[in-house]
Amino acid sequence: MKKNWWKGLSVLILTYVILRGLLGVVPRQPILNESIRNVYFHVPLWFGMIIMLLTSAVYSIRYLRNGRFDDDGVAVEFANTAILFGFLGCLTGALWANFTWGEPWPNDPKLNSVAVGMLMYLAYLILRGSFDDEQRRARISAVYNIFAFAVFVPLIFIVPRLTDSLHPGNGGNPAFGKYDMDSQMRMVFYPAVIGFTLLGVWITELRVRLRRVKAALEE
Amino acid sequence: MTESVRQLGALMRKEFLLEWRQRYALNGMLLYIVGAVFVCYLSFNARRGQLTPIVWNTLFWIIQLFTAINAIAKSFVQERAGRQLYYYTLASPQQIILAKIGYNTALMGVLAVLGFCTYAFVLGSPIADIPLYLLTLALGAIGFSASLTLVSGIASKAENPATLMAVLSFPIILPLLLLLLKVSKNAMDGLDRSVSWSEVGTVLAIDAIVLTLSWLLFPFLWRS
Repeated sequence: MKKNWWKGLSVLILTYVILRGLLGVVPRQPILNESIRNVYFHVPLWFGMIIMLLTSAVYSIRYLRNGRFDDDGVAVEFANTAILFGFLGCLTGALWANFTWGEPWPNDPKLNSVAVGMLMYLAYLILRGSFDDEQRRARISAVYNIFAFAVFVPLIFIVPRLTDSLHPGNGGNPAFGKYDMDSQMRMVFYPAVIGFTLLGVWITELRVRLRRVKAALEE
Repeated sequence: MTESVRQLGALMRKEFLLEWRQRYALNGMLLYIVGAVFVCYLSFNARRGQLTPIVWNTLFWIIQLFTAINAIAKSFVQERAGRQLYYYTLASPQQIILAKIGYNTALMGVLAVLGFCTYAFVLGSPIADIPLYLLTLALGAIGFSASLTLVSGIASKAENPATLMAVLSFPIILPLLLLLLKVSKNAMDGLDRSVSWSEVGTVLAIDAIVLTLSWLLFPFLWRS
């Protein structure tokens, strides 16, 4: 039980976030109106995704340094969960954009960058599928994973800032935190980031354990 | 230090010699880019000077992209495994990847200039600031070869290198391509150069990241 306290914490935080997110008081903003509640779900999903991609890259580096198969398995499962979060982030974002920007997929550099980033990680999964030899698969996909993360970062954080974007914090727009969020919202937003990240780690942990059990059964 | 520079020189020389001896591959690349330009020219109904600047620029860079992928994809495939093993006993993997990137940069430079000349010849050239445009071509050659050489190394280890090369490299190359498109569009419109410097800086930074990563990661790749 001692080791699992963070799972309880994750459930607790997410319950709090969902309750506060759906029932809590939010500031009235023009255009945004009630849809500002989505900031508790959409943004933390992306934060969680980026944290998990970083963890995945770190595990790939670890694999290359010490050659333990287990690290490669952890890296791929983190990437899988990150892709899932990415899809959910796209979905919540599309819903939000539909009401505030008028269409579910406006031609926005951040959206397109993210779509390309997802393609990059789907290519990672395809690359993994195209090897029969396990050692080779692990080593080469680890190399690609690190490379992909290094390209993903400028794609997400630099390219959208160079052009005009609808997203806050890009293309000269002020970031959301500047004046749209009051301290009430912060009390929900920051826990939401932690909660969704913990949920992602939980999903990943289950899949990694499944992978270990399968590997043990095969031996 | 001087020793490693000498080795690097020797490896580069080997790449050039190898290419020169198998001239059909080089000629194939040259013909590929000229052919691609001509297909585009005829597909647009051979109307010289009627493309809008954006279409002109984008079409040119897409031709460049496909040529780069085709040219660089073969950098690890054309030599047999046994011979590659022999190189690794002679030189360090870092030197091998640097030599390949250097060689591919030169190759891409030649292809880019040739492609540009043909393209401007048949479709007309609406460029106002030619030196800056040539600079973007050079930056593109460095960036394309640095990122695609490692990807071709990855793809060549897999079962179906040709498809994988395209799948892996399209998303990887995209940030670079978008920035290059932006800078070259500025050059076309003849905007003041100070507008473009920040983007040129970003392209250089991406080139540096990709080069460093290739240098760091390749030693893990060749062992398999």
